Amino acid sequence: ECRLGGSAKRSYSITSCASVFQVNVRDALNQAMDEELERDERVFLLGEEVAQYDGAYKVSRGLWKKYGDKRIIDTPITEMGFAGIAVGAAFAGLRPICEFMTWNFSMQAIDQVINSAAKTYYMSAGFQTVPIVFRGPNGSSAGVAAQHSQCFAAWYGHCPGLKVVSPWNSEDARGLLKAAIRDDNPVVFLENEMMYGVPFELSEEMMHKDFVIPIGKAKVERQGTHITLVSHSRCVGFCLDAAAVLAKEGVECEVVNLRTIRPLDVDTIEASVMKTGNLVTVEGGWPQYGVGAEICARIMEGPAFNYLDAPAVRVTGVDIPMPYAKILEDHSVPQIKDIIFSVKKVLNM
Amino acid sequence: MQNMLTLISNVFRLGNASKNVGTRMVVSARSFADFTPQASFPIKKCDLHRLEEGPSDEALLTREQGLQYYRTMQTVRRMELKADQLYKQKIIRGFCHLYDGQEACAMGIEAGINPTDHLITAYRAHGYTFTRGVAVREILAELTGRRGGVAKGKGGSMHMYAKNFYGGNGIVGAQVPLGAGVALACQYQGNNQVCVTLYGDGAANQGQIFESFNMAALWKLPCIFICENNKFGMGTSVERSSASTDYYKRGDYIPGLKVDGMDVLCVREAIRFAADYCRAGKGPIVMELETYRYHGHSMSDPGVSYRTREEIQEVRTKNDPISMLKERMLSNNMSSVEELKEIDLEIRKVIEDAAQYAISDPEPSLDELCNHIYARDPPMEVRGTNPWVKLKSVS
Repeated sequence: ECRLGGSAKRSYSITSCASVFQVNVRDALNQAMDEELERDERVFLLGEEVAQYDGAYKVSRGLWKKYGDKRIIDTPITEMGFAGIAVGAAFAGLRPICEFMTWNFSMQAIDQVINSAAKTYYMSAGFQTVPIVFRGPNGSSAGVAAQHSQCFAAWYGHCPGLKVVSPWNSEDARGLLKAAIRDDNPVVFLENEMMYGVPFELSEEMMHKDFVIPIGKAKVERQGTHITLVSHSRCVGFCLDAAAVLAKEGVECEVVNLRTIRPLDVDTIEASVMKTGNLVTVEGGWPQYGVGAEICARIMEGPAFNYLDAPAVRVTGVDIPMPYAKILEDHSVPQIKDIIFSVKKVLNM
Repeated sequence: MQNMLTLISNVFRLGNASKNVGTRMVVSARSFADFTPQASFPIKKCDLHRLEEGPSDEALLTREQGLQYYRTMQTVRRMELKADQLYKQKIIRGFCHLYDGQEACAMGIEAGINPTDHLITAYRAHGYTFTRGVAVREILAELTGRRGGVAKGKGGSMHMYAKNFYGGNGIVGAQVPLGAGVALACQYQGNNQVCVTLYGDGAANQGQIFESFNMAALWKLPCIFICENNKFGMGTSVERSSASTDYYKRGDYIPGLKVDGMDVLCVREAIRFAADYCRAGKGPIVMELETYRYHGHSMSDPGVSYRTREEIQEVRTKNDPISMLKERMLSNNMSSVEELKEIDLEIRKVIEDAAQYAISDPEPSLDELCNHIYARDPPMEVRGTNPWVKLKSVS
């Protein structure tokens, strides 16, 4: 049994497994897709440059060589068309993985994701399933400016009928992508380009071909007692870095990695807040109507509110289109010092 | 023959003669023996685009087929008129886009493909929902929003589904890439099936349709793209919406046919031709069906602000698809006025029963509200309108 069920409730220790593999996020995604393509012949990948170019970000490297034209399909630059084609293929019994080169381009196709994919199972009263994964890099990158840097977690997280997943590390990427591909529902899979090259250690257990992480369960990456930091994707790493700095000052942060944006694992967040009494959410996206806003609203409405010693606050991207110049870009996204500052403010330090 | 007809009409005129079972049986037995079993009809030649040959200009119709087509088209006609009635009584609400006038398209297509083939259309979908196998009562009950509706009342007019029928789609044009995707699945699975993908003249200018044309042609998808051109996209005539109204040519590099969409035989021959083309692995094909809707765009459109009543009436008298089939059958002795009237009465009963069902069936239970969010998942909680309302959702 290789599922890491209940991993949200215990902190994961690397030393418990014999061999350990250094795998970066890109390779974790690649291996996950490779294994799922092999496991189920209905699975196929389509998108721009996924086949002969080996993927714009090399996430699908080697797959076309191994599986050929039938299962790894290069599309023209026509998102609305190929996203719709992917959804139609899912209607008719296949299990497509539809790649958006970045999630910014999904706006061309958002009608197909929401109206054709997300809502169909409901509209058909359970008759028509849509087992599709939409995946690609989301959020800010480096120097790609305003039109290529938006985070879509809040937009897609808003819609019933979708599952929205946002992995941080290689374990997340591997386990959640396999789970997404095996899921019979439409899944929006938000990767992060800056994380692709980052290596993490994976245990033998995690390398098993049936290793899946349940969608809808957050993970406590670091135990703490003074304050809860809730985050997703790349910012989880920043939270852990901030926690390390704060630990030297005697502040122990509990870091919760959401893993899934929708359905949101409120129970794990509440349990943590009820333990620590303080909450800071951290995300790369814009503040207004964002992921952090939703978490704060849920805490207000639930049992954890009574345990708060201070108002919950959000650390977010700055409420502006992403600028180009490096100094401006650096100041448009949450940095570790912003998290530390916010923690200290909340704790009145 | 003349004597027999006199005999029959005498029998009927004698009032209660129809209750005389013996006489009736004799009449029926004689009728069947006297009807022509099949006949060949010349049909309008299709305009061709990038095709050397087109469908046959002659169609063979058997008596059984004729009766079946008549029954189906008349059922759709009556069903749509009943929906009109129920809408005016405010028993149906929201959007209701009626198909009367266009029956030959749905029937002709279904006659030319297999039940194992696939079909997807836009929101003027009630006719196709029927031809693809959903009972009238389930269609009407869906329109009235009851639990016995084909989508349990959760979909409504534009969102009805059945095996190999993917709706019913509300967003203009979105169904076209979906249909191309179904075709891709057919090709991928190697099952020799085709997907019929319908859209209207209003949708024909949508960018995503051209994106679908491109990929279908590149990958040789077995997709039959069909433009049902009823001359108006809502209130906008084709001349006012399209720089080119040759919709069968709009696929450019994709071959196309222009078909008389009011003639069920024309449509059938064309779709057979198109399906053969696709099944031979030649790639997609485009068809334009010239047709006409009697109703306005939807029930909230009287349909006479952008066209004249005279025009509508002219189509009804000169070009009605059901009348055309009826005349063909009668003038070739493939059926009789009485037999067709009998069918009409049967259909009327089916529609009345279905309407009764649609009116009396209860609305969905409130327990259904949050179901069918996710497929094949354990039950979950869904937030209600306020934080204290926690609703249950099952797959």
